Amino acid sequence: MSAAGTGQDAATHDLDVRGAVKRFADHVAVDQLSFSVARGSFFSILGPSGCGKTTLLRMIAGFIQPDDGEILIGGRSMAGVGPNRRPVNMVFQQLALFPMMSVGDNVAFGLARRGVARAERLRRAQAMLERVGLGGAARKKVDELSGGQRQRVAIARSLVLEPTLLLLDEPLGALDLKLREHMKIELKQLQAAFGTTFVYITHDQSEALVLSDHVGVMNRGRFEQQGTPQQLYYEPATPFVAGFVGANNRIVGRATGVAGAIVSITSEQGWLIRARSATAIAAGTAVEAFVRPEVAVLARAAADLPAGQPAHGGEVESLLFDGANSAVLLRERQSRVEFRIALPQTGQFADLRVGEPIHFSFDPARAVCFPAGVAHA
Amino acid sequence: MPDATSGPAWERRLLLGLLLAPALLWLFALIVLPQIDLALLSFRERVAPREYVASLAQYRTFFAEPLYWHVFVRTAVMSLAATLATLLIAFPVAWTIAKLLRGRLSALLFVVCLIPFWVSETVRTLGWMILLRESGVLPALLAHLGVTAAPVELLYHDATILVGLVYTSLLFMVVPLVSSLESLDNSLIEAAYDLGGSGWSILREIVIPHAAPGITAGCIVVFMLMLGNYLTPTLLGGKSSQWFTEQIYTQFIVRFNWEQGAAFGFLLLALSTSMVWLGLKLSGQRFGDVMRRT
Repeated sequence: MSAAGTGQDAATHDLDVRGAVKRFADHVAVDQLSFSVARGSFFSILGPSGCGKTTLLRMIAGFIQPDDGEILIGGRSMAGVGPNRRPVNMVFQQLALFPMMSVGDNVAFGLARRGVARAERLRRAQAMLERVGLGGAARKKVDELSGGQRQRVAIARSLVLEPTLLLLDEPLGALDLKLREHMKIELKQLQAAFGTTFVYITHDQSEALVLSDHVGVMNRGRFEQQGTPQQLYYEPATPFVAGFVGANNRIVGRATGVAGAIVSITSEQGWLIRARSATAIAAGTAVEAFVRPEVAVLARAAADLPAGQPAHGGEVESLLFDGANSAVLLRERQSRVEFRIALPQTGQFADLRVGEPIHFSFDPARAVCFPAGVAHA
Repeated sequence: MPDATSGPAWERRLLLGLLLAPALLWLFALIVLPQIDLALLSFRERVAPREYVASLAQYRTFFAEPLYWHVFVRTAVMSLAATLATLLIAFPVAWTIAKLLRGRLSALLFVVCLIPFWVSETVRTLGWMILLRESGVLPALLAHLGVTAAPVELLYHDATILVGLVYTSLLFMVVPLVSSLESLDNSLIEAAYDLGGSGWSILREIVIPHAAPGITAGCIVVFMLMLGNYLTPTLLGGKSSQWFTEQIYTQFIVRFNWEQGAAFGFLLLALSTSMVWLGLKLSGQRFGDVMRRT
């Protein structure tokens, strides 16, 4: 990379990871990974546990040295720079607030290490606590705070140092559902208010979709796909992303006919469907198709289905009521393939019964299929 | 076994009493009673054969006689120095066991610290004598290497007593330190490092405050053991050891002056109690917290 190129990146990117590799005794945790995070954006790394995302984050923080590749923060190479000298701070999974100190001393800890005078650091810690809505908590002990308040202290403790990059290691994982939903919104607002670049790792796809400007979906030490939450959801690049991000019906079969971008697929159980191919697929190859529950349309009579879409029939297997996320689980009439369809909010199907015959269809252009097992190998 | 938390209150109290009875009996008969008797002894004076009057003469002797004073202060200062030395040596060992090594290796190092204690203190101290006496292993080695012209006597120095005391009480410092360091969450150290802390500032701000109850517990136990130690100072220090327990022994056994011996015993008790109190005050620890760590 030329010096000019580095300068260019420094102007727009707070984080550049170039070909980072980390091997452990028996496996490669991070495998030739490259990505950049634009200044001031919220970037999430989404992946199942064991995909290498924690290793990646710890390499960025400086707790682990990469075996190969380079990490640049604010355009500066971090090779040989310890975690205490990087312009990066981390919010730990268990928050790691110091129980032996008051809340104010927790926030002032980093300033004290930088040699900021006592009066000044207390003033700045107090100002930061006020910005996160904890103005009166400086003298409290850490264990007197609620889960959400501790969360905010952990973020304040890092942000008071004005880092180039804030790393967050699944900080919402330990909270209960209600608080988690609340903290999601709060995190997004905090990021917008401070304008600091956030790199957030999570296994929760909803957190990644709600919070992020960009998401990297990580699997087996590599990014399967990088993009905006919308791109990941509507245009998954690999079967893994299609299966991991959002709910999806997965149908495994063989391509029996190809007409332009639309592939006819016969499932293992003999159900014939059509879906858009994400990459070139030859007839006869094994494929996996994905259909989102909200893409399919339900109807009591076949005539009510949208014209021009292949019609399917089935029987209601079970009803999954979950407020706005309610769905119906049905089985296709002949093949008995299980298929999930989101219930429309109109209340039109509120009286659906288990065992009732039902018709459904979906737009083949909004279903997607991939050659089977390629990205999984 | 009946559930101690159910049934009428008197029944529960009776059960609790019965469960505690052996311990209470032991405490009372073997510790409280003799102490009371010693206290009474220390506050009387023999005026004629078999005739005693209440007096403070024993304590007055202690303050009037510079030798007793000198030995008393010397014992306290040397015990304190040896306690600090034990802490400085035990801390890296405990850190290695608790934080650096994992599984079998950590357990192995712990056992290595423990094994010397399978041998009686007398035998261990005699081992030191074999190593350090003029005709022993270490002086011979030093002479052989040319460090000293002829074998020198390494026994009967203050430093020898300190070495012996530290060696004898190392385990009692390592155990509470390991348990308090093990309970320190590694992510706290990482967080402090991430926020710009250096090794020294993390030790001062995070590790020591967290381990303070363990440090205090270890120091109290080790200090008490040293103050009350008789064997190690006597064997390694010889005549020049001048340990206060020797003075007590002399009064009781050699001079048969039980009154004086009892008074010395109480002075030693007062010394250790006040040092523990001072230690707790200085380190800002509560006695209950600390005792749970020992």
